[in-house]
Amino acid sequence: MAAVATCGTGAGSTGSMVAAGGKNNVTSFQRRGPRASGSDSSYSRLVSIAGTRPSVRNGQLLVSTGLPALDQLLGGGLAVGTVLLIEEDKYNIYSSLLFKYFLAEGIINGHTLLVASAKEDPADILQELPAPLLDDNVKKDFDEDACNHKTAESNIKMKIAWRYQLLPKMEQAGPVSSSRFGHYYDASKKMPQELIEASKWHGFFSPEKSSSTLNIEPCSLTHGYIKLLQFIQNIIYEEGFDGSNPQKKQKNILRIGIQNLGSPLWGDDICCTENGNSHSLTKFLYVLRGLLRTSLSACMITMPTHLIQNKAIISRVTNLSDTVVGLESFIGSERETNPLYKDYHGLIHIRQIPRLNNLIYDVSDVKDLAFKLKKKLFTIEWVQDNYLRQERNIYPPGFSYLLKQKDSAWGEGSLQHSTFLMSFLAKATAFASRLVRHSEPLEQTGSGRALQAAGPRLWRDGRRQEAPGLLVTPP
Amino acid sequence: MFPELNNLLNTTPDRAEQGKLTLLCDANTDGSFLVHHFLSFYLKANCKVCFVALIQSFSHYNIVGQKLGVSLTVARECGQLVFLEGLKSSVDVFFRAQAEPHPLQFLREANAENLQPLYEFVREALKPVDDGEAAWRCPVLLVDDLSVLLSLGMGAVAVLDFIHYCRATVCWERKGNIVALVHDSGDTEDEENNILLNGLSHQSHLILRAEGLPTGFCRDVHGQLRILWRTPSQPTTQRDRSLTYQYKIQDKSVSFFAKGMSPAVL
Repeated sequence: MAAVATCGTGAGSTGSMVAAGGKNNVTSFQRRGPRASGSDSSYSRLVSIAGTRPSVRNGQLLVSTGLPALDQLLGGGLAVGTVLLIEEDKYNIYSSLLFKYFLAEGIINGHTLLVASAKEDPADILQELPAPLLDDNVKKDFDEDACNHKTAESNIKMKIAWRYQLLPKMEQAGPVSSSRFGHYYDASKKMPQELIEASKWHGFFSPEKSSSTLNIEPCSLTHGYIKLLQFIQNIIYEEGFDGSNPQKKQKNILRIGIQNLGSPLWGDDICCTENGNSHSLTKFLYVLRGLLRTSLSACMITMPTHLIQNKAIISRVTNLSDTVVGLESFIGSERETNPLYKDYHGLIHIRQIPRLNNLIYDVSDVKDLAFKLKKKLFTIEWVQDNYLRQERNIYPPGFSYLLKQKDSAWGEGSLQHSTFLMSFLAKATAFASRLVRHSEPLEQTGSGRALQAAGPRLWRDGRRQEAPGLLVTPP
Repeated sequence: MFPELNNLLNTTPDRAEQGKLTLLCDANTDGSFLVHHFLSFYLKANCKVCFVALIQSFSHYNIVGQKLGVSLTVARECGQLVFLEGLKSSVDVFFRAQAEPHPLQFLREANAENLQPLYEFVREALKPVDDGEAAWRCPVLLVDDLSVLLSLGMGAVAVLDFIHYCRATVCWERKGNIVALVHDSGDTEDEENNILLNGLSHQSHLILRAEGLPTGFCRDVHGQLRILWRTPSQPTTQRDRSLTYQYKIQDKSVSFFAKGMSPAVL
């Protein structure tokens, strides 16, 4: 099936790219001209930072978000110097999981962490990070050379689906350094204590810091945001992430994670009233992005956008962020019982991907994505896979159907998948076709290249046949 | 600059018009390729450009400019380009009190009334050279983008005033051009943005509106561009001319075609 094929090549190409990356931390798609500076010596310096790789398209330095599936959807990873905004799902279950994956990835790669939260103490957040998947029971099944020659391993066969055959190689002793780009995590186990203690992290817990005095004139930012910006700027300057301090040659990435930004716990009232302080959050994001652009850091923010009363703020926040991903969980919604979404826990919407240093950007063709959290792994799949598996029972091939573009279960209704779907479903028009009940000629859906003609045997015995509703048209 | 867009707009760098306000607008899609087009167009037309870049960093525009055939570093060094990098300056303004007024001073203030420091900066940057001979053809102000100013606490009226002052100085007094990008929020009720967009639409001579396709994402057609020529000062006895094209953005250029005539479909 075409869908499976594209996903397969996608995973395969990531594997090959990462396999090459694992060898000497530089992919074969090496491009000149990184974002930060132009000289070759600093380019090699940048490339040698653990846990990063240059982007294939524009040489941008990328870090992993902690979920290899999400990395692939974002065009290889999160670019250093940018903001990834996660729109939280309704009960903040999966977004906090993504947050933890992001931080865990930083610990595994040896990055410095900056964790900011108004709800939980950062030390507690770090205790709850998921454990990396160890591969002592794993045999790698590569198409090409194994990415880690140095660790000759056991030959136990792996019994996980073929997509997950590339699992990280973790060294047990000392600070964990892995030459892989993205890692997989076991959500049911906690990260080992020694890894957390070996990592370098800074925590910002908003209730604790609110008592100290300000040295900025009161602008329209709320108190919590001002303190957080000062804290971040302090860390960046003190530890040399912005390159301004000649004594400290920083060769590391600062991963900033901010949880529940915009919630009332930060002192912001945009989630409470519609006419609240509408500029505080947007100003904060602007200055934060300024800080990120001039330093070796990457930031993930989770924001409860479903609580924001004033919808204009959401669009402004989206314009001020670089990458925006929305999570929608099925808990409590009517989609939970929809057979279309069986096995999935929610939808993931890639709302915005930045065009950095480029006119074009890496966008996956696949738009309707769903995620599920099986016991160990958080996986993201094209929902059509499931659809096509299940819906063949409801829409057997051999009949012609009217495909609704708007208000369909797909959400966006892209030109591409409707054409694909029609071509898939309309397999054998030679068979007797029963038409869905309709009163006008068939609407041309899709790109219009294939003319959706009325099927044969519409008119039978001089009278127009109407099929008993195979597809119930909603009122 | 994109040669195909020049053909559609019926201009070349040699025959660039003067005294015009061009409004760039995007709805449901990213219209930044238009900003890159005009930046490289006016640099190639030998105009003095003041670029107020509030959204991205200098290196971003530089790298894209190199693909389009202009070098921003060279232009900046020889004085053709005055670049205000919003992101970098915002950090300086916000954390350290500045001695003299900074164009982005409103970031520090709780209730900034107007954008006068920014206007002063633009006026200073596009001041004609004193020795009399015109080294550059005409001054151009490029703003990317104005909707960010709304997010940073300025009201729509303050931004409209700023553009009005700039128009008086740059377009009328010095016979230059202004190009500004505004996001169209579409369904979301961003009233301030709508006020700004409507106000600017009535003042501008040329409106380029990049929209996403109403049917959603497509790999071969990235969006639709509406071009509207207006004469704001005269009563509309004649109809404003409007054209619509669809486009696909490639690595170094953008290809335009009539609606439905995408090479992928034909």
